[in-house]
Parts: sequence; structure tokens; C-alpha cells
Amino acid sequence: MEYLIHIGILIGIYSILALSLNLTVGFTGLLSITQAAFYGIGAYVTAILLTSYGMNFFLSILVGMFISGVISFIIGFVLSRFDGDYFALGSFGFNIIVYSIFLNWQSLTRGPLGIPGISKPELFGLDFNENIVFLGLVTIFALLAYLLSEFIVNSSFGRVLKAIREDEKVIQVYGYNTLFYKLTIFVIGATFASIAGAFFASYITYVDPSSFALSESIFILAIIILGGLANNKGAVLGAFCLIILPELLRFVGFSSDIAAQMRQVTYGLILVLLMLYRPQGLLGEYKL
Amino acid sequence: MPILETKKITKHFDGVYAIDGLSVGFEEGKITGLIGPNGSGKSTLINLLTGTFPFDKGSVVFSSSEEVKELLPYEVSDYGITRTFQDVRLFEQMPVIDNILVVLTKRNVVSSLFEKHKKFHLDKAEEVLKKVNLWEKRDELAVNLSYGQRKLLEIGRILAMSDGFGNNSNIFFFDEPFAGLFPEMRKIVIGVIEHLKQQGKTVVLVEHNIDIIRELCDHVIVLDNGKLLAEGTPDEALAKREVMDAYLGE
Repeated sequence: MEYLIHIGILIGIYSILALSLNLTVGFTGLLSITQAAFYGIGAYVTAILLTSYGMNFFLSILVGMFISGVISFIIGFVLSRFDGDYFALGSFGFNIIVYSIFLNWQSLTRGPLGIPGISKPELFGLDFNENIVFLGLVTIFALLAYLLSEFIVNSSFGRVLKAIREDEKVIQVYGYNTLFYKLTIFVIGATFASIAGAFFASYITYVDPSSFALSESIFILAIIILGGLANNKGAVLGAFCLIILPELLRFVGFSSDIAAQMRQVTYGLILVLLMLYRPQGLLGEYKL
Repeated sequence: MPILETKKITKHFDGVYAIDGLSVGFEEGKITGLIGPNGSGKSTLINLLTGTFPFDKGSVVFSSSEEVKELLPYEVSDYGITRTFQDVRLFEQMPVIDNILVVLTKRNVVSSLFEKHKKFHLDKAEEVLKKVNLWEKRDELAVNLSYGQRKLLEIGRILAMSDGFGNNSNIFFFDEPFAGLFPEMRKIVIGVIEHLKQQGKTVVLVEHNIDIIRELCDHVIVLDNGKLLAEGTPDEALAKREVMDAYLGE
């Protein structure tokens, strides 16, 4: 049972991450490879505030969202000068910079040693130490992220995002200053990702830079491509599939010497097949 | 009185002048035909006047009062300008109705975040789509439309920019709206353009079909090599020897 709860918590955290990235990539068409950076910022802010300052977990989420919001506004402004592949490369670079900061700013992050001893959330005397209770909390936040994403994409604002994705020059001619729309959604996506980071830090009780490397951003991108771009249900389904899949592959019976590698191969193969036969993903409304 | 004028506007690409010191005006409430041989600068002029490309020199004057040296694409609708494109540009992976609804809504980020489309938005979208005979296709993705239907949808989209919606456009640029259309579809487009004129809107029409120019236009501007070759009523302008030489190759 504890194992299933563990899987459920990871699905909740990755659902928030996938929903956040889907706003930027799926709905707006900005191929951003930054999500692990904001995920990491949220995780480190919570880790530092809880371990060094004894701050309440929920307050640390707000601080993490604020810091991620400010950084994403600045980065988004710089990246807005690039289009298409150049935007992706720029965001790629930002992820590497943030990873390097986690690794090298040792006085703040303890570098590769990471930060241990992060406590579980508490609110008005109610603690979330039990994993089942923590799962409930993560699920509530994932649901809120889902509802907020639905609200955004079903508004007039969401329709403009899709138009930017389809042809930015054209929607500009109709009177939309697309920079503001792109910046807003980039910041919203970053703040969502920082919430996921806070939950990750508190759940694992330890953070180190390896959890927020470039490969993590690519993993989150794979989730939304698998589940389906521009579809919030698809983002959640993608998180479910890609968290469950490696677990299922544990039971396939690969020999222990090659099990980890074979899981990666199988996982890669499924993604390649999906790209070949269903490039819009399982529930997607848009393909890159 | 011209609602829109260019003053010695210039644009060059890699040393070649696409528009060369051009000064022309578009009269309010009239249909102006913009004609000339291929490469004469017709589409480039529209692109400059809609902020799609920046111009190198010169200025644009609105209603003989406001002169601007630069036009940004998202600002042109504030001057009441809207357009279609020579190569139809739709929001391909969005439903037909969303291609219309998107231009009906607020231009402010925060307001649009809390705005859902309301009955009057849907009514307007329905009215526009019925006008261009696409109401039955409203839930189809734009990418699945035929070429002619795509042209009509683009025309429907700029039609939606009038009557108090969008930024209430009053200058409409049509870039070869009849190219590749069946006769029935041509009738729809002619109806749209005539309807705009009846509403007192200014229409600029880039078109190669001289019969349509004669039928619809009050005034014709002929361009050649980015310069003004002739202008006047369709009969006057088209009768000029230099126009026949350059445009008709006679």
C-alpha cells in the first residue's frame, strides 16, 4: 500500500509539472525546456526556508512562487526575443545555468551534498507526516492546478495563447501585444512548477541538484508529448503513464544486471513508436 | 479626405527597392484598387501599412492629422486597420468559430483572463460565419477547410473586426481575395466588400482581375517597381498608355 501511495504522490507532483509546462508548450507553442529549473527553485526555496528558518511549508510555497515568478519574468523577457528553435535553445541554456548554481553556490545549496532533513507540511496543528495524508494534500494541489489551467485555457486569454501558437504575426495584426501574453503564461507556468518543487522537497525530505538537471526538463516535456499537447487531461494522463511505466517494467523480468538499462530502452521505444504513429500524443489537440 | 496616406515611404530588401519613395492616399469610404504587375510592391505596401514589415524611410499619416514614422503590428488595429493575407494565414489547429471569436475579445491580458465568450460574441461569430457561408463548418479545425473556404474564413475574421468588435476597424486591406475562388465564393466576397462600403468603411483591394477592379473600385492606384505609375478612376487609370505597357504588357 505504501508503494502505491508513493506512486500516487509522484503522479500528483508530476501532474502539476506537466500542467505547468503544457500551458507554455502545448497551448502557447513556446518550446520551453526550463521547467526543471523552476521546479528546482521551488524545491530549494522550501528546503532552505524550512531547514534554516523553520518557516511554515505553505508560506515557503508562496515565497517559492514569488521568486520563481520574478526570475521567470526576467528570463521570459530575454527569451521573448527568440523564436522557435532559438527559444528552445535559450531555455535549455537557462536550465543549465540554474543547475550549475544549485551545484556550485555551496554556501546556500550545499552543492552536491544537497539539503537533508526537510520537514513535512503542517497547518494549524494538522501535520502531513503520514504519506496517505500527504497524498491527499498533493492531490488537492494537483486538482487546483488542473482547474486553474482549465480556467486559463478556456478564457479569451487562452484562445489568444492558441492563436499565438498558430501564427503570432497574424494575431499581432489584430491588436494583441503578444509579448505580454507570452510573459504572463511563462510566469504562471513557472510558479506552478515551483509548487511541485516544494512538494517534492518536503516529500523526499532531501534535495540535491541531480533532481533538477536538464534531463528532468526533457522528462516533463516527454510527459506532455505522450499525454497530448494542449490538453490538460492529457498532461495528467502523461504523468500517470510515465510514472507508472518504469514501475510496470520492474515486473517484466529483466535480469537484474540489465534491468535499469532495459527499462530505459523500453521507455524510449514506446516514445519513438508514439511519435511515429500518434504524434499528437494520447489526448493531444496539437502536434509540435 | 484621405483616411490614410503614405509620405515618401521606402522599403528595400537587400538593396532592391520594393517600395521607393511612394506617396499615395486612400479616400475614406471608398474602395481603392491597388494594381500592378507581379513584384510591383502591392503586397509589400500592405505589409508596411499593417506593421508586418517596418519601413525604412517616410511616414504614414492618418486622417490628415496624425503622422507616424513607425507602425508596430499590434498597434495598427488601434488605427482601425485590418487585413487579409495573400497566402491565407489562419489559426490552423483551432476550430473555425475560434478563428472568429479570438478577434472579438478584449486586448488586455488581465481582462481577457477573466473573460469568457458571451452570447453577443457568439451571435456576432454566427452572423459573420453565415455571411461567408461557413456556419455549418464552425466546429471543424481550420486546417481541414478547402482553399476557398480558408479564404472565406480569413475574410470572415476581418469582418468580425468591425461593428464595435475588435478595435472597430474602418480600413480593410484585402490582398488578392478572389484568387482561386469558385464563382459562388466570389459572389460572397463581392457581397462582403460592397457591404463594407455601404457601412462607410475604407477598402483597399489588391487584385489582378481587371473586371473585378472595374466593377468594385471607385479609385485605382497603379504601382510599378515600387513607384506610383498612375491613379484615377478605373477607366482613367487603366486607359493610360504607361499602365498598359507595364501592367498588361502591351
